[in-house]
Parts: sequence; C-alpha cells; structure tokens
Amino acid sequence: MPELTPTDLRTRLATALPDALIEVEPLAITPPPAHGPQPGLFHPPDPFIHPDHLVAAALFVRDTLGYAFLSDIAVVDYLHAGCFELVYRFYHPAGGPGIVLRVRVPRDAPSVPSLTPHWPAANFHEREAFDLFGIEFVGHPYLRRIYMWDEFEGFPMRKDFPRQGDKYLGSDE
Amino acid sequence: MAEIDPTQLELERQGILLTTVNRFYNWGRRSSIWPMAFGLACCAIEMMAFGLSRYDVARFGAELFRASPRQADLMIVAGTVTKKMAPQVVRLYNQMAEPRYVISMGACATSGGPFRDGYNVLRGIDLLIPVDVYVPGCPPRPEALLHALMTLQEQIDRQKLGRVRWYGSGDKPQTGDFPVPTFGAKGLEIDGKLVDPVGGLPLLSPYTSPSHGEHRSGQIEHPEVVRQFPIMDPEVELENALKARGIAPEIAADDLKRSVVNDA
Repeated sequence: MPELTPTDLRTRLATALPDALIEVEPLAITPPPAHGPQPGLFHPPDPFIHPDHLVAAALFVRDTLGYAFLSDIAVVDYLHAGCFELVYRFYHPAGGPGIVLRVRVPRDAPSVPSLTPHWPAANFHEREAFDLFGIEFVGHPYLRRIYMWDEFEGFPMRKDFPRQGDKYLGSDE
Repeated sequence: MAEIDPTQLELERQGILLTTVNRFYNWGRRSSIWPMAFGLACCAIEMMAFGLSRYDVARFGAELFRASPRQADLMIVAGTVTKKMAPQVVRLYNQMAEPRYVISMGACATSGGPFRDGYNVLRGIDLLIPVDVYVPGCPPRPEALLHALMTLQEQIDRQKLGRVRWYGSGDKPQTGDFPVPTFGAKGLEIDGKLVDPVGGLPLLSPYTSPSHGEHRSGQIEHPEVVRQFPIMDPEVELENALKARGIAPEIAADDLKRSVVNDA
C-alpha cells in the first residue's frame, strides 16, 4: 500500500519540478489579540504549489506517483491574511493515506488553472468553488454556478459575505 | 371523529345507514388521503418509515404514495426547502387537484429550522403555500407524522361541503394558482418583488391556517425590530462559560424580548 508523507512528497516534487514548489510564510488566521496568549501560526507540512505550475504538479502526482483519484478540492478563506487556499486531495487507487497539494491565491483576484481538462472529476468541485467562493478556474469548459441559481449575485461562503438573520439582529448593540 | 349521535351508531349496528352528505363525503376523503411521493431531506427517511410496514400508514388509508401530483391529495413537505427547490414545490402544489392538503414536516419545512439564518433555505414553506398541519421535530418520528395525519383527518371531518375553501360560494382564493417564485439577484422574487432575501428576514407574511381562509396574516417580521438574546448580552455576568451568576435576567424580568433589565 503506497504511503507518502508530506515531507517525502516535497522532496519528490523539489527534484522533479523545482519551479512548482514555493515556500510560504506561516499564516495568522485571526488578528493577534492585544494581550494574553498569542495563538500559533498556521503552517501545514504539505507542499505549496505556485498557481502557474498547478497542472504540472497535479499531473506529476497522477502519472509518476500514481495518485490518480482527485477526491476533493476544498477552499479556505483566510480573510485576515487576504488569501484563499485551495486544498487538492489525491488518493491512490491501491489505498493508503492521501496526499495534499495546496495553492494560495490572493483574495482580490483569485484565479488558478483548471484541472478539468485532465480530470473530469474536477468539474463539479471547481464549479462549486466558483459558485461559493468566486474562484476563477482558467480553462474550465463550463464554469457556471452549480448550487446557487444563475441570477444570484455574490459568493455566499466567503467570510465577508454579509451575515444577517434572526440570530444577528440586535447583536451590534 | 366529529361527535356522532349514539342513535345513529345504534342504527348502523343494525344495518341501517343514516348519514348526511357532508359526513359521507368527509368519510370518503379522510379514508383515502393519498400523499405525493416526494421528499426533500432527512425527514423523508422518516416519511418512508411512516409508509412502510412497521408504522403502516395503510391503516389510515394513506398508503398509496402517488408519483404524480395530479393523483395526490396530500403534500408532505418532508425536509429542508432550499430556495432553489421552492419554485418546484409551489409548482407541484399548483398541479395537485382539489381537495388538497399540506403537512409541513419538521423544523426546516416549518420555519427554516437550524438553517434559517443561512443564505439558501426558505424560511418556512407557509410563506408560499398554505399549510394544514405542522409537525415539530428534527426529524419528527413516524408516530408524530401519523398523529399529523390523524389531525388532518379530524380537520376533514369538520369540513362542510358548501364552505370548503376550494369550491362553493364566497371568496375562494384557492381556486387560482399560487404565485411561483422566481430567482433574483438577492433572493426569491414574486412578480419582480423580493420576498425572501438572502440574509435578513422574509419580506412576506405566512399564510394563515387554511381553516380560517387562504389569507396572509399580514404580519411581517421586520428586520429593524431589535431582538435580545441573553447569551449574547454583555450585561449578563457569566460565572463560567456555561453558568450565569444569579437568576437569569430574562426570567427575572419575565420578558425574553426585553430592552431594559432590572437588576435581579
């Protein structure tokens, strides 16, 4: 059963695709409090991929390492840090733990190349990320909303989407 | 069952049927309420249990789940009605033949439930179609749905042929179609007017009980109404994370929507 730790994966990627791998600074998820214990910074061990080389890295993961199953594309909105993080999770058909590639894009112009031409399974994941977070997947053949209706304006899973409703009425006072 | 004259029961035991047209019609209707076979979320699983052998809705004559709204008498709105699904629900209801009844099953169909403050869930199906019986629960057990069906049967027993809400004389708003909402940039729209926005409260009042006529209550929960939630109130002193000191001020003030709290 194949098993590849994030560190091994970084080593493999660094030798095969040295341009694709980037180093990122540890990220503060929330603004640091004025006093009291400071929360730790977020710095996962997974490889961070430059958006321009995402397709090459994903094809390396699929064709060379054999992790052919793209299970999930998750988006995290780091509002305080001003970036979106896309988490691509791959599994090996023979089993074993999955591996993760991470891509960070700025919040004001979120754009990454699409994996749909190479992975048909990425189609709905990318449409969902476009629908709820407004991330543009360059090269996607049919980038339309999938959950919300076409006429809808806004991206409801973004952290700065207005929070309204019974629960929030009068909470400002 | 409505009150029955004991003389009449005695005559029926002797093989003589004396009845009224109302009672005869209502008996026919109450004994074959065919639900429409559609479910929207997890409540539909309970609805399936309600229809199958353990809870056995066939005892009430309602076992025929019809796949077509044209043949159905009862719509069980079983589950979360998302805004994207709401037009289809109203359209299905419009396609049902009268007499038609609606059971709103579970917290989501009744009010939006835990998703009420979300961006994608309709805040109660009674904003769009009139509801005969509401079933609380998340999800309600099959017994609760059986009880809802029995409650509906009791309501049918009280019907008078000349006064039912679909036909006869007088103001009968149910003869027309209910307006099907359309999708807008900010939420659901009816006739180009925003009725259930994404965020905030519905800008539409719910339908009142069908037994009181198919009219909207006219009461809209205005977003500008300030509401107080004690757990979010900075004046409530917390002893620890889970326990407030002293008696809860909203209980002391005997007012859950108070604006000023006296010191308890």
